Amino acid sequence: MAKLKDLAAIEDRLVAGHGMCIGCGIPLIFKVILRATEDPLIIANATGCLEVCTTIFPRTSWNVTWVHSAFENAASTISGIEVMYKALKKKGRIPKDKRFKFLGVGGDGGTYDIGLQALSGAVERGHDIVYVCYDNNVYANTGGQRSSATPIGASATTSPAGTQSPGKIQRRKDLTKVLVAHNIPYVAQASPHRWQDLYNKAKKAFEVEGPAFLNVLCLCPTEWKYDESLGIRLAHMAVDTCVWPLYEVENGKYKINYKPKEKKPVLEWIKTQGRFRHLFKEKNAWVLEEFQKQVDQDWEELNKLESL
Amino acid sequence: MKKESWKELTLGTINLDAGNSVKNLTGTWRSGKKPQFIEERCIQCFFCWLYCPHFAIEVDGDKVRGINYDYCTGCGICSVECPTKEKAIVMVKEEVKLFEERAK
Amino acid sequence: MSKFVTLNGNQTIGEAARQIDPDVIAAYPITPSTAIVETIAKFKADGLISGEFVCPESEHSAMSLCIGAASAGGRVMTATASQGLALMWEMLYIAAGLRLPIVAAIANRSLSAPINIHGDHSDTMGARDSGWIQIYSENCQEAYDNFIQAFRIAEHLDVRTPVLVGLDGFIISHSMEVIQVEDDAEVKKFIGEYKSLYPLLDSKVKMTVGPIDFTDYYFEHKRNQLEGIENAPQVIEEVGKEFGKKFGREYGFFEGYRLDDAELCIVAMSSAAGTCKDAIDELRSEGKRVGLLKPRIFRPFPHQRISEALIKMKAVAVLDRSSSPGAFGAPLFTEIRSALYDYEERPKITNYVYGLGGRDIKIEHFKEVTDDLEKIAETGKVEKVYSYINLRE
Ligand SMILES: Cc1ncc(C[n+]2csc(CCOP(=O)(O)OP(=O)(O)O)c2C)c(N)n1
Ligand code: SF4
Ligand code: SF4
Ligand code: SF4
Ligand SMILES: [Mg+2]
Repeated sequence: MAKLKDLAAIEDRLVAGHGMCIGCGIPLIFKVILRATEDPLIIANATGCLEVCTTIFPRTSWNVTWVHSAFENAASTISGIEVMYKALKKKGRIPKDKRFKFLGVGGDGGTYDIGLQALSGAVERGHDIVYVCYDNNVYANTGGQRSSATPIGASATTSPAGTQSPGKIQRRKDLTKVLVAHNIPYVAQASPHRWQDLYNKAKKAFEVEGPAFLNVLCLCPTEWKYDESLGIRLAHMAVDTCVWPLYEVENGKYKINYKPKEKKPVLEWIKTQGRFRHLFKEKNAWVLEEFQKQVDQDWEELNKLESL
Repeated sequence: MKKESWKELTLGTINLDAGNSVKNLTGTWRSGKKPQFIEERCIQCFFCWLYCPHFAIEVDGDKVRGINYDYCTGCGICSVECPTKEKAIVMVKEEVKLFEERAK
Repeated sequence: MSKFVTLNGNQTIGEAARQIDPDVIAAYPITPSTAIVETIAKFKADGLISGEFVCPESEHSAMSLCIGAASAGGRVMTATASQGLALMWEMLYIAAGLRLPIVAAIANRSLSAPINIHGDHSDTMGARDSGWIQIYSENCQEAYDNFIQAFRIAEHLDVRTPVLVGLDGFIISHSMEVIQVEDDAEVKKFIGEYKSLYPLLDSKVKMTVGPIDFTDYYFEHKRNQLEGIENAPQVIEEVGKEFGKKFGREYGFFEGYRLDDAELCIVAMSSAAGTCKDAIDELRSEGKRVGLLKPRIFRPFPHQRISEALIKMKAVAVLDRSSSPGAFGAPLFTEIRSALYDYEERPKITNYVYGLGGRDIKIEHFKEVTDDLEKIAETGKVEKVYSYINLRE
């Protein structure tokens, strides 16, 4: 088991001086993930907060090779790099003992929505890549528009709460299961507050041969509207309410990595964030109920899948 | 900082100066509060290092030594997550200084 | 030893791709360029190419893969047409902005709506400001020769800019022609080794590629990018000459056909130029002093060379196989008309749009155009700046 002290001794691949918001959850995720392999790493990053806030020219927060080409194509860009690696290796233009790891990174917008096709294609083709989605439930970089990862009831600028609207009314897309349906070697869902679990998953993802996918809950004080010091508390709550279950699917076999002793009501999660504030109005009570129902269904199904 | 002419730029929009954002001092964003490290109370769990979004926890060998105020934005996560009974990181009031003065 | 082989345009590109054997080929099928992709896939399946071939889930991803692969540090190609090129549009600019010497074969086809699978230049003309060098081919032989030269041009250190090679959909892509295929080893020698300046797969340098610019750097980066295409003419010329020396078919920026003593000139690119040559032979036998100028390079547009060739004409007809809705004429026309502006004395000039969606252009049409040119030369007046050929009114 890795110790935090040992991780801290490793050189940062993402460094200080980035422009992500005060209390942003993105760096916490990548601080851990980027330490889960010792091999040289190449990252292809989709457009979004992480990309924008780390590379404002002439500065860069990347102490590792990194490329951005567009919003919807991190998965195809990283596959192109991986294919070239294979080609040059076969031709002997990269030494036999030289290894690289290839990491595609995108937000929920770049992954659940506009980049889903590219990701589906890349994992179906079987490239030896890891793809990490940092899911902050919203298009944060462009100011808080809905994505298919936005939960029911959340107010986003393109699904705002209003006198006639309770915020987003659709159920969120279960992207992790979409990836499971691709029958790839490794799929997992993680959260930054359980760093050991996140680290283990990232390590497995880097180690398996073929495509691996990690979906990581990402705290966003700016768009979720909470006191920025409480991010990690919120992550606990997301997992304890089963809004964001931690599980992994290795070669098709489900394993839930954390089962709360006592599953907390979704309300506990919702009341911490301004984006759900309007749900406490009488007329929106049904949304809360619906949210709880969806979470219960998903949790039940997940437990069933695990027992298979 | 002198900005390059178009002829001086690397071909293909590439930045070869890896990690040079450390020159951006995000500590200038702090407004009104800052964390204070109280070494005697620290149990060296490294949670503050782990959860700090701005890479502002100073580590020396295998010990947390304090806060790097050049980068600390005062978000307060370290203090909330510090697990000791009497917190080894507490948030204290800070006089708001001018941006220029801090950026020095 | 070079040999004569009967191939259609798509097979020709496939054959050139086999000889060049790029490190990575990523391409998605679309009529009429599908057979390029299929030919390459089969070569790969039969072990005749050593590079990697990927057929991704879309053209957008194909170009994204090319961008990733080219950034990684090797030689890369793709092929597409029409909607496929349109779907790549976003990525075309990025390939150019990152100065990646990707080479693409485009079997020129119209754009929807209405959907139509036949040849015109709407697809590549739509990409004319994407930063790619554009070369157009009259026949299979030219497609083969241009495709080989494209790698040399794209990869030249002064250029490092992507190149697309157009061949007319169906008319060239699907027409069998006896072409001279050069010796594999000679083609490889001509192409040479490619060395990327900043390969991602260099574990010693940690670089940030494609960062975000604010207002203080974007303009400089764009100007820096333009340098590549601005340096291209000299390289295109050198490569065309060297190709001629080596393989006996020399190339320049355009081809002139019976231009030297011409008073009237038709400007037409790609396959239509072939028919036009036949028309000109007939017209010449009738005593009409008409010639053809067939641009080969459209980007960077060889404005000076072309205007110098046209300046002594009495009347010029520019034939475009695409339209530019709402503009003052179609793309080739506006380029040429603008190029002539600086000359005190210049020919009268008129524009025809022809062949959209694969509509035929025949000898008789070139004759009609020549009749118009004669009238213009006689009266010194252009009655219609913009008209259509072989369109039911
Ligand atoms: C093709 C395209 N459409 C839209 C945009 C605008 N855009 C840039 S980032 C972004 C949202 C990113 O959201 P997400 O992927 O969730 O990342 P986050 O900003 O939350 O980190 C959008 C809509 C774009 N850059 N490209
Ligand atoms: S908007 Fe949210 S995700 Fe984006 S940098 Fe700010 S806190 Fe982080
Ligand atoms: S207050 Fe925030 S930025 Fe400052 S050290 Fe603590 S966690 Fe880091
Ligand atoms: S979280 Fe608190 S106890 Fe743990 S290392 Fe940091 S200061 Fe010390
Ligand atoms: Mg997001």
